[in-house]
Amino acid sequence: MDNLFLSTIGTFVTGAILSLLLKSKGKIANRVSNISAITGSILGIIMSGSLLIGRFQYHTIIQTSFPLLNISINVDQLSAFFILVISTVSLTSSIYGLSYMQKFIKQYSVGSFGFFYNLFIASLILVSSASNSLYFLIVWEIMSITSYFLVIFENKKSENINAGFLYLVMTHLGTAFILLTFLLLFMFTGSFEFAVIKQQANNIPLLVKNVIFVLALVGFGTKAGIIPLHIWLPRAHPAAPSHVSALMSGVMIKTAILMMIRIYLDLMPSGASWWGIVVLIIGAISSLLGVLYALSEHDIKKLLAYHSVENIGIILMGLGSAMIFYSLGMIPLAILGLVAALYHTMNHAIFKSLLFLGAGSVVLQTHSHNMEEYGGLIKRMPYTAVFFLIGAVAISALPPFNGFASEWATYQALFAGVIAQSTLIKGSFVLAIASLAFTGGLAAACFVKAFAVTFLAKPRSEAAKNSVESPMLMNVGMAILALLCLVLGIFSGSVVPEIIAVTTSLSAMSNYTPAIATSPQSVTVSQGFASLNLPAVFIALAGVLTIVMTLVYIKTRNQKVSAVDVWDCGAPPLNSRAEITSTGFARALIVMFGSLMRPTKHTIIENNISNLPYYPSSKTVNLEVPNVYETKLYRPVHTILSFIASKVSIVQNGNVNQYLMYIFVTLIGLLLWSNF
Amino acid sequence: MEILIFVIKFLYVPLISPLCIGIIRKIKAIMQNREGASIFQPYNDLLKLFNKDEIIAPTASWIFMYTPYLLFTITLIISMGLPFLITGDNIFGVNDFLVMIYLFAFSSFFLSLAGIDTGSSFGGFGSSREMTVLALTEGGMLFSILPLAILTNTTNISLMASSLAGLDFVYYAPVLISFIAFFIALLAENSRIPFDNPATHLELTMIHEAMILEYSGKRLALIEWSAFNKLLIFAILGANLFFPWGINSSANLTTTFLTMAITFAKVLIVITAVAVVESSVAKLRYFKLPDLLFTSFILGVISLFLVVI
Amino acid sequence: MLRLYTKIFKNPKTLISTQTLYHNPDITIIGEKLQSKIGKLFSGSLAIREVAAGSDNSVEQELTALTNSYYDIERFGIHFVASPKHADMLMVSGPVSRNMIHALKVAYECTPNPKIVVAVGDGAIDGGIYKGSYATVDGVKNVIPVHFEIPGDPPSPVTILTSLLNILEIIDSKKLGQQNG
Repeated sequence: MDNLFLSTIGTFVTGAILSLLLKSKGKIANRVSNISAITGSILGIIMSGSLLIGRFQYHTIIQTSFPLLNISINVDQLSAFFILVISTVSLTSSIYGLSYMQKFIKQYSVGSFGFFYNLFIASLILVSSASNSLYFLIVWEIMSITSYFLVIFENKKSENINAGFLYLVMTHLGTAFILLTFLLLFMFTGSFEFAVIKQQANNIPLLVKNVIFVLALVGFGTKAGIIPLHIWLPRAHPAAPSHVSALMSGVMIKTAILMMIRIYLDLMPSGASWWGIVVLIIGAISSLLGVLYALSEHDIKKLLAYHSVENIGIILMGLGSAMIFYSLGMIPLAILGLVAALYHTMNHAIFKSLLFLGAGSVVLQTHSHNMEEYGGLIKRMPYTAVFFLIGAVAISALPPFNGFASEWATYQALFAGVIAQSTLIKGSFVLAIASLAFTGGLAAACFVKAFAVTFLAKPRSEAAKNSVESPMLMNVGMAILALLCLVLGIFSGSVVPEIIAVTTSLSAMSNYTPAIATSPQSVTVSQGFASLNLPAVFIALAGVLTIVMTLVYIKTRNQKVSAVDVWDCGAPPLNSRAEITSTGFARALIVMFGSLMRPTKHTIIENNISNLPYYPSSKTVNLEVPNVYETKLYRPVHTILSFIASKVSIVQNGNVNQYLMYIFVTLIGLLLWSNF
Repeated sequence: MEILIFVIKFLYVPLISPLCIGIIRKIKAIMQNREGASIFQPYNDLLKLFNKDEIIAPTASWIFMYTPYLLFTITLIISMGLPFLITGDNIFGVNDFLVMIYLFAFSSFFLSLAGIDTGSSFGGFGSSREMTVLALTEGGMLFSILPLAILTNTTNISLMASSLAGLDFVYYAPVLISFIAFFIALLAENSRIPFDNPATHLELTMIHEAMILEYSGKRLALIEWSAFNKLLIFAILGANLFFPWGINSSANLTTTFLTMAITFAKVLIVITAVAVVESSVAKLRYFKLPDLLFTSFILGVISLFLVVI
Repeated sequence: MLRLYTKIFKNPKTLISTQTLYHNPDITIIGEKLQSKIGKLFSGSLAIREVAAGSDNSVEQELTALTNSYYDIERFGIHFVASPKHADMLMVSGPVSRNMIHALKVAYECTPNPKIVVAVGDGAIDGGIYKGSYATVDGVKNVIPVHFEIPGDPPSPVTILTSLLNILEIIDSKKLGQQNG
C-alpha cells in the first residue's frame, strides 16, 4: 500500500514536471500530462478501491526537520471514499482533456497547464489523506494555488484574470478561518496531529468548541460555496477550461465537505444540537437560492456553477441532519443522514462533472458561453446531447438515476427528523424538507431550460449551425460518467452498503445498527419506514415501454408519418427568433420568487422621430437579477477594509532602512518580552 | 389467479380513464345547460387518433418521437403503485410516494422538452409554464402526503392506506387538511381550471395544450391518453389514500371486482368535485398561481404540524 | 354560489331538437370524391379546425354559435381544435384573399390524413359577393381540394349543423362511394 500511494502521487508529480519540461512542444506536453493524470487516477482508483473493499486503512508518518510539522498521511475509509470519487472524476476529465486541450495548443502554454493540472489532482488526493493540520494547510494551499492558475489559464481574457483574483481572495479568506480553527484546536489539545486532537477533544471547553464550529464552517464553507460565501464559484468555474471546472465543481469543493465531516463528526463529535440546525438551515438556504440563481443565468457554465451551490446545500442538509441526530444520541439516524450526504457527494461529483464536460463540448463548438446562441445541437452533436441529457435527468433527481437515489436518502433522513424531540428541531427539518421539495422542482425546470435551449429546436447562431460532434475521446470521457449516473442509481442496493461501511468506520458511529439497510435490489430505512427499489423501476420502465411501443406499432403500422413544418398559424416560416429563450423560460419563476430575487427590468425605446413615441425604431429590454451579495455584503466590507488599509499604509512606506528598523525593534521587543 | 388479478389491475387505469374524462365533460356540459358529448366520447377520440396518419415537423428530434411512449409508460407504471387491489408486494417499485411524485416530474420533464423540441413558439412557453407550475406544485404534493406518512409510519402508499383505514375518526383532521392541499395539487398537476383550461383554443393562454400542439395521430392519442390516466391516478390517490374505506387485498375475483367498483364510485365523487370546481371558478391569472399553490403547501405544513405535535 | 347552482338545475334545457336536424333536406353539396375508408375512421369523433381565409366574419359568428348551449355541437361528437395537426376537418370560410393562400395551404398540409375540407359559405365556394375581385382567388377549391360545400351567405347555424350531420352520415354509410360509383 505504501508503494501504491506513493506511486499514485509520484505519477502525478512526474507528469507535472515532464509536462513543464516539454513546454515548448505543446502537443507532446498535453499528451504526457493527461496520460500521466490518467495513469495516476487509475492507480488512485485501485488504491482507494482496495482500501474500501478490504476495509482497512493506510497510515504513515514522515518526520520532518521543521518543528510540529509531520507529513502525516492517513487514508481511512472516509478518505479512501473521497479519493475514489476524485480519481474517478479526474480519470474521465483527463481522457476528455486529451482532445479538449488541443484547441489551446497554439494560443496558450499547454505545458504549464499540464504542470498545474497534475499537481492539482495530486493535491486533491493529498488533502483528502492529510492527517496533520499544518501539513494539511500546506497541501490545501497547493490545491488553492494550482487551481488558481488553472482558472486563469486563458489569461488573454481580462474577465478570467478578475475571476481568478476573486477566487484567490475568497479562498484565502477561507484559509484564514481554517488556520484559526486549527490553531484553536492546537491550543486546547496541544497537537496538530488529527489522531491526538481526536483523543484530546474532550478537553476542549464548550465555548471554544462552538467557536471552532463557526470558524470551520466559514472556512470550509467558503471552499464549498455555501451562500453567502459562494460568490467566487459562478466566476471561477466559467473561467477555467471545462474539464478543470468539472474537477473543481465535482470534487474540489467536496474536500471542504470531507473536512466538515472530519471535524464535526470525527475529531470533536460531541457538539451541541444547534450546530446541526445551523448546518441544516444553511444547506436549505443554499440549495433553494442556488437553484433560483441558476435559473436566472444564461451562461451555461455559470448555471452549472450555481447548481453546485444548490447541491452542496443538499449535501449539507444530509450532514446537518446527521449532526443533529448525533447530538440527540440517535446514532442510527445520524448514520442515515451521513450516508445520504456521502451518497449525494459522490453522485453530484459524477453528474456535475458530466454536465461540465458536456458544456465544454458545446462551448468548444459554438465559441460562446451564452445559451441564447445555442440551439438545435441535438442534430449536430447527438452523443453529447444524450450524455448531457443523462446528466440533466440525474441532477434533476428523476428516478431511476443516481441523483434521485441520494435525494431520496436525504429526504428519509429529514423525514426522520420531523419526529424528533424539540419543536425547534422539528421546525428546521420541515424547513429543510420544504426547501428540498421546491429545489427538486426548480432544478428540473432549470435543466429543462438548459437542455432545451442548448440542444433542441433550431440553431440560433451561425456557430451553432456549423457545429459538429466532438472527438471520440471527449465522448468516451462523458460516456463513462453517463453510465455511472445510471449504474450508481439502479444498483443503489449495492452501492449504499459500501457507503454505510465508510460511515460506520468513523469511531463515533461504529457499534450501532444503522437506520438504513440494503438488499441487492433495494434500500430500506428506519425498519421499513420506506424502501426504494430502483432496479424494479428501471426494469418496469424499460419493459412496459417496449410493450407499449410494440403494441402501438402493431396497431398503427399502416399509418403514414410525413414531415411538414411546424404549424406557424399561417405566418411566414418560423425562424429561430421565435423560439423561447433561456431568459424567457425562467422569467416567470424569477418573477414569482421576486421577493427573493429582486429582478429588475429596464426598457429602452428609441424613436425615429424624437418627439413622437409612435414609431419606435428599436426597443431593448434588459432583464437582470442583481447580485445582492456583492452590493450589500462585500462592497461595505471592502470599503471598511480599504479604509483600515489606508491607515495601516502609513507604516508601509517602501523605505528599506525603515523596514530594517522595524525588524530590529521587533527583535529587541521579543528579547525583552522573553526575559520578563 | 394472481396473474389474472395483476392484469386486471394493470388495465384498470388505462381502460377506465377515458370514461372519467367523459364524465367530467358531461358534468361540465350539464352545468352549462348543454347536453354535451356522450361519456364514451373520449374512447372514440382516441380510437380515431390511432387510425390517423401523423405529421411531424422536420425540426423535431428523437425526444419528440419517443416522449409520448414514455409518458404513457410512466402512467401505467405508477398506476401499479396505487392503493387499491393491494397485491402485497410491489413489483414495479413505485409504492413509495417519493418515487411516484418524482416519476410524474420525470414525465413533465420530457413533455416539456418535447414541447420545445419542434421550435414552435407556443410549445416553448407551454413548457416554461408547465415547469413553473410543476416546480411550485412539488411542495404541495409532497407536504400533502407527508403527514399521512408520518401518521402511519410508512412512505409506502398501500400500507399508508391500509393503516389509515383503521384510524380513529377523531384523528382525522390532519388527513382532511392534507386532502385539500392534495386537491389543489391535483388541479395543478392535471392542468385543470383554475390553473389551465383544458378546453381552451387560445394558444396564448395554454399550458398543457400548448406543448402538444405539434403532435398528431397516434402520438397525440398517447399523450392525451396519458393525461387521462394521470387524472385518474390522482383521483384514485385522492379517494383511496385519504379516505381508504372499502379497499380489499385482492384474494379472489369477487373482492377484486368489489374493490374496483367501490374505488370507481369514490373516484366519481372526486371527479365530480373537479368538474364542479371547473364550472364554478374562473381561470386564475398566471402570476396569481403561486398564491394558490403556496396555499396548498401551507395547508400541508399545517397538517404535518398537527400530526407531529 | 348556491343560488347559481339551483338556478342551473331549475332552468330547463333549451336545445334544438335532433329530430328537426336529422329530417332537414340534404343541403350539402359534395365536391370531390372521398376515399371510402374514411367512413369508419371518423365515426363518433370529428375534430374541426376553422380557417378564416379572408372572410367577413359572418360565417365565423355562425360557427361560434354552434358550440353554445342551444345548438351544442359537442353532443354529436364534433369539436373544434386548436391546431390543424389535431384536426380531421378543415372548415374554410371566405373567398381566400391572396394573403391567405399560403396560410391555407400550410393548414391543409398540416392536417393529417385522412382529412376532409369543407367550404363554408358562398364566399368559400366560389367567391360569393367578392367573386372576380383582384384580391381574392374566388373560392377554396382553387387552392386546396374541397370535399363538401355548405352554401349560404352566411349559412345559418341550423344549416351548418344539418350539413355537418349529413356529412357524417355520408361518411358513415359510405354513401359517397355509391354516389360516385
